[in-house]
Amino acid sequence: MSEQEKLLQIRQLETAFRLEGKYYNAVDFVDLDINKNEVFAIVGESGCGKTALALSILQLHNKNFTRIRGSITYNEKELLGLKEKELNQIRGNEISMIFQDPLTALNPLLRVGAQIEEALYYHTDLSKRERKTRAIELLTAVGMTDPELTYKQLPHELSGGMRQRAMIAIALSCDPKLVIADEPTTALDVTIQAQILDLMRKLQKDMHSSILLITHDLGVVAEMADRVTVMYAGQIVEYGTADMIFKNPKHPYTRSLLASIPNVGENLDRLNAIKGVVPTLRDMPRTGCRFAPRIPWINAFCHEEKPSFHEVEPNHFVLCTCYEDFHFESEE
Amino acid sequence: MPLLEVTDLKVYYPIRGGILGGVIGHVKAVDGVTFSVNEGQTVGLVGESGSGKTTIGKAILGLVPIRDGTILFDGKDITKYIGKNRSEYRKSVQMVFQDVHSSINAKKMVLDVIAEPIRNFEKLSRAEERKKVDELLTIVGMSPLDAHKYPHEFSGGQRQRIGVARAIALKPKLIVADEPVSALDLSIQAQVLNYMKDVQEEMGLSYIFISHDLGVVKHMCETLAIMHNSRFVEVGERNDIYKNAKHIYTRRLIASIPDTNPDMKTVNEMKRIEINKEYQEQYNNYYMEGGMVYPLKSIDGSEAHYVAIP
Repeated sequence: MSEQEKLLQIRQLETAFRLEGKYYNAVDFVDLDINKNEVFAIVGESGCGKTALALSILQLHNKNFTRIRGSITYNEKELLGLKEKELNQIRGNEISMIFQDPLTALNPLLRVGAQIEEALYYHTDLSKRERKTRAIELLTAVGMTDPELTYKQLPHELSGGMRQRAMIAIALSCDPKLVIADEPTTALDVTIQAQILDLMRKLQKDMHSSILLITHDLGVVAEMADRVTVMYAGQIVEYGTADMIFKNPKHPYTRSLLASIPNVGENLDRLNAIKGVVPTLRDMPRTGCRFAPRIPWINAFCHEEKPSFHEVEPNHFVLCTCYEDFHFESEE
Repeated sequence: MPLLEVTDLKVYYPIRGGILGGVIGHVKAVDGVTFSVNEGQTVGLVGESGSGKTTIGKAILGLVPIRDGTILFDGKDITKYIGKNRSEYRKSVQMVFQDVHSSINAKKMVLDVIAEPIRNFEKLSRAEERKKVDELLTIVGMSPLDAHKYPHEFSGGQRQRIGVARAIALKPKLIVADEPVSALDLSIQAQVLNYMKDVQEEMGLSYIFISHDLGVVKHMCETLAIMHNSRFVEVGERNDIYKNAKHIYTRRLIASIPDTNPDMKTVNEMKRIEINKEYQEQYNNYYMEGGMVYPLKSIDGSEAHYVAIP
């Protein structure tokens, strides 16, 4: 893995939100590397900090309520601390974003074509006519059946899947090196989801860009990702290649999550539910293993006091030692 | 005799327009649907958004007017009962809603939320009512102490459990669950599904389980009905549908489910491309002109597996 070129490096990232005058870390000292030309997935439930992490990269958080510390380097350039003007050079150009809900992310008053051209207007010196040609090219690339027509349409005239395709066209307009896709298919039906995923995979291969895929759907991750990171309560708890995470999951959280999927393949009488709830930002445990309260049947001494990463196989890391003694409650 | 028998149900929504706002057409949300639910059975309705699955649920509860067709509950045609005569039926059929944030009154305590159906239909003293609410909370795995809290103090999964507790308060025979877990996280989803199964066993309930998630439906339901364009395209037992699907739409739907085995990535993609191609090429063999679905037909004389083919 080390011989691959790094595109984005995140070191000791802390993203804290201010609640009633105090800052609470939604992302708690996270390190990760995204290589060139790969699909990197972050999985976790709502409230685990995955979106907070993604928005920190482009610093799209409201600055008045957020504190971001640590370091994010993109192509050896530090992003944190850049001025708004410098950031705008990168946003949409080098790193772009696909949002979850295309209906709220698209401007309802602007035609699809104009919204694609907006990015081109700011980041390239194409003429008006060239921009239109490029926009139609992009609409064709994302599989619109009638790109000329879609160019002139308003977002509400498109179906959910078409809107998401338009969003992808906007994100790809300036040949970004990294596309951050935050739950890109959550709002879509399964058949449309499959089409969008196939499209994203194809485009990623054609354009040699990287995708940072953020999702809670483990099925989507398995279909898309090369490498996977599992997040829980603001921390990374396990990371490795998709093969390792799905075939040889180690961390209790990853294993519980995989066991709680109602699987199409087999018939189970009961699902393996995880006890308790994801802790909220305010009462997140800040010391010890954060998953410990949800697996009370595991002895306290199995957890580390200050959890650190352990390499279980090459390039596969797990936080805390509790994975060694973990078993499901029903297996007692 | 089945608990619920729906025959040729049609629900049309009017389209209004013109100068006087008259009805100028109809959206055929449900267009001739027939199915039945036995006691203790779980029937799953699956389909894309807009296929009409929620409308069926609403029609069964009487929340939307029915254009045509009959709904027999315990042998009685409930479409003919109106007003007071309907109250017995209203007690026996309850609903669990999708959105846990909008389906519970935020200004009421959990006690009042769960006690509301009880107050409507049964005359209980305060103490008896409280005892009943405590029992219901325990059934769905919550503490009786939670009764004096407000909905915002709970997480999504707990709110949905309150929704389930409210639905079972009157000991109904049938619960229509409309996407009960699609707004919940994976680990919480498993909790709610487990409680729903426990409650079913304990009370001998029947469920109509409406969902777009084929994994969840497979886990919950013995019988499945796949909906497309306001009609059923395929009805059958769990294994008929997942292992031996006949209709191209069902096959396409099943092929679209993301697999958690990364080895199957390319295999699945190839399969999807193949089925999508077949879907496009053979669309006319499976659908009438204008995308209408054919009437259901039995497969190989089977009494459980029906497919909509010409």
